Amino acid sequence: MNKTLTSRLFGPKAWIALSAFALLALVIVPILNLAVPEGNALHISTYWVTLIGKIMCYAIVALAMDLVWGYTGILSLGHSIFFALGGYGMGMYLMRAIGREGNYQSDLPDFMVFLNWKSLPWYWQGTEHFLYAMLLVVLVPGLLAFIFGYFAFRSRIKGVYFSIITQAMTYAAMLLFFRNETGFGGNNGFTDFKRILGFPITAPETRIVLFSLTAAALIGFLLLGRFIVTSKLGRVLAAIRDAESRVMFSGYNPLPYKLFIWTLSAVICAIAGALYVPQVGIINPGEMSPANSIEIAIWTAVGGRGTLIGPLIGAGLINGVKSWFTVAFPEYWLYFLGLIFILVTLWLPRGVVGQIQSYFSKQEKRA
Amino acid sequence: MTFMRPAFLALLALAFCVSSPTSFAKPAPELVLQLATGDNDAKVAALYAIAGSADPEALPILEALRDDTLKSLGGKQAIIYDGETAIDAITGAKLAKVPDELEDVISNNRVTLALEGALAALDLISPDKATRLAAVKRLQDSANPAILPLLDKALSVETDAQIIKLLRLTQAAAQLQHADKTVRLAAIATLGASGEPNAKQLLAALLDKEDGKFKETDESIRVAAQHGINAINSHLKLGEALGGLFTGISLGSILLLAALGLAITYGLMGVINMAHGELIMVGAYATFAVQNLIHTHAPGLFEFYPLIAIPVAFCASALIGVLMERLVIRFLYGRPLETLLATWGISLILIQLVRTLFGAQNVMVENPAWLSGGIQVMGNLILPYNRLAIIAFAVMVVAGMGLILTRTRLGLFVRAVTQNRQMASCVGVATPRVDTIAFGLGSGIAGLAGCALSQIGNVGPELGQSYIIDSFMVVVLGGVGQLAGTVYAALGLGILNKLLEGFAGAVLAKIAVLVFIIVFIQKRPQGLFAMKGRFVDN
Repeated sequence: MNKTLTSRLFGPKAWIALSAFALLALVIVPILNLAVPEGNALHISTYWVTLIGKIMCYAIVALAMDLVWGYTGILSLGHSIFFALGGYGMGMYLMRAIGREGNYQSDLPDFMVFLNWKSLPWYWQGTEHFLYAMLLVVLVPGLLAFIFGYFAFRSRIKGVYFSIITQAMTYAAMLLFFRNETGFGGNNGFTDFKRILGFPITAPETRIVLFSLTAAALIGFLLLGRFIVTSKLGRVLAAIRDAESRVMFSGYNPLPYKLFIWTLSAVICAIAGALYVPQVGIINPGEMSPANSIEIAIWTAVGGRGTLIGPLIGAGLINGVKSWFTVAFPEYWLYFLGLIFILVTLWLPRGVVGQIQSYFSKQEKRA
Repeated sequence: MTFMRPAFLALLALAFCVSSPTSFAKPAPELVLQLATGDNDAKVAALYAIAGSADPEALPILEALRDDTLKSLGGKQAIIYDGETAIDAITGAKLAKVPDELEDVISNNRVTLALEGALAALDLISPDKATRLAAVKRLQDSANPAILPLLDKALSVETDAQIIKLLRLTQAAAQLQHADKTVRLAAIATLGASGEPNAKQLLAALLDKEDGKFKETDESIRVAAQHGINAINSHLKLGEALGGLFTGISLGSILLLAALGLAITYGLMGVINMAHGELIMVGAYATFAVQNLIHTHAPGLFEFYPLIAIPVAFCASALIGVLMERLVIRFLYGRPLETLLATWGISLILIQLVRTLFGAQNVMVENPAWLSGGIQVMGNLILPYNRLAIIAFAVMVVAGMGLILTRTRLGLFVRAVTQNRQMASCVGVATPRVDTIAFGLGSGIAGLAGCALSQIGNVGPELGQSYIIDSFMVVVLGGVGQLAGTVYAALGLGILNKLLEGFAGAVLAKIAVLVFIIVFIQKRPQGLFAMKGRFVDN
């Protein structure tokens, strides 16, 4: 059943849509932003490029959430920790890339000088090298997810217990990152970036490159996700979601499967975080608040769990509405978001995409 | 000021020799003149003499010095001039004409300090108990041999036990520099037995070194002082340990109140209510509203407003809980993850609703008089009344809930539905109704928690968010479906948290507790996750 759903999603039409999206994001938007002069009706401003780039980062996170929640039935309320860790890794590289041009003209990042630190703490050593920093972006969240997942899945914590424990883990990490003495910049986090790999970070060309990279990552992870969920591995994952005990009785040990998809999902989140930070220009502990993590779940739920495409649409919808709402009527955003949570769980359990699918499958049956 | 003390004491001894410590009918004229016209040393000496005499009639002159209305006339006469009339400070006679050449009396720090001591000395024989208590507390900081006669006098008439105790300590502190060695040793023994941190400081001063040599030459005094310090240290340690235990129990009782409602909705009914924290917040705001209403409409009842707020907070949260159950949660039974998301949505709406109604800022909830202050058990151990009240309240709520669950028909139904929903339904239990009532009960207890929390912390829209994770941890650790587990887990987590805080600070303690929980459930997953009733896997 699941396999057919996925393959239907990736029918000829979907491939055409995906190619169109790739063309749009990788060719047309850059041309409209860079080559078309400002004032022209077809020009896309850098503001929009950044906003859409940001939302695409969120979409990648929602996709990662779909892999663990939609396909494996593990609801994580702590995915923002992986996102933020990736962001912090990238953020530290960007802080180091300033060189001595900070307010204090020091080799150390400004906040460390401000806090009277004399040298970099050991865990930030080597972050001036881009490749090493990117390695950290992938390895640290991956390792954390692996260790946490190993212990949690081994003792067969699942369902809401797992959700609550992930939330507590993220909450504890947020408290840790808020502290000044832990070396993560405290309240303010990392900001005031100047350049990435030598290119000025606010230049339209850099923005477009980041935008295109994000789009490419999104497409890449979508294809990877499709590959996984249509493979035999994906079927075991879906079986774990639907009846874990039966999977065990059939001779499978769910631990490696869950651990694999959980760690992969964390790494995808971290990469999204690393792409997010240079575009937004700041990373602070607020990114890993429990509220942010749980919002990821609602993006996925709105779009439709277990559809891969749905979460992307959900992330786009909710964040699009959010950027409009928080400007137009900031007072009512929480009412709206709260209502979305309630209404989607009550009346749209399969999400927008799931609803459309079931509509079409009914049509087919009638025909 | 401490560093000035030795110089002071030497000076005092001098002052003490010069002026006779017997009581005057009035402050001696030469002392008053000294105050107005003498140099700083003379003023200090005069002040100590006046303090030693404890003569109430000196009060107006000291107050005049404090208020800068004491003037010197040509260095020969002391005049009190309040801007209108001039009075001769010694005779009390009113001057016919205000002299032109009045000079202000300049006081330096030392004089001011001595003046405060003298004023306190006069308060010491005041008929008002509170004034006397405050005075002896002030005198404690500037104990010196000059006030010994005064202390003797006060001790001879004092009847209040607490004041007598403080007076004796002050007396011992003053006797530390006494000429008679046996008096000094007795004073050291008294201070050592007191267990007060201040006494420790005084004793430590006896062990001060100067140029590598002890200032105190008598070795037996030093040995006695060291003994005294050791005795105080062990006393303080005991106080600290008990204090840690108390804050742990206090935190545990708060966690217990916050988690108890969850233990019903989650533990017994299997509903994940992410809005539980917001129900606590609603209870706190209900208390705030009751406080305001009583403040404006019935100020006479203000002392008892928390008692009135208890049922109001319960009803407010229970009502919201029942609405939630009827309108949303009922449709999501058996889908815990969806319930989690929907209730999170409800929590967002409740937070914003409170912001709209009461503003985004924290609101002030005052303690009534009987909940502020505390019992001083030891020098460094005070048990605040509001925390004691919350511990007692938590005990009552647990007992009440235990009674409802085990002794009433409703409790019987709730337990039946928890254990086997179908079977309960078959024998005629109206399960939907039981669900609603049980959910309302759990929510109401969250309201009670909010009412209690409003008495010890800030009340703001985000109040609930800070408790939700902790209370889930309590329920998860305690295991579902039973109250005893919740009680043990809450107290255990509270005490553990406070113990770790002592070593590692608040944040690391929180993280350590979380790691502890994760490790603990490795060891005993089935014991903690004994899923009963409707929550059976697949």
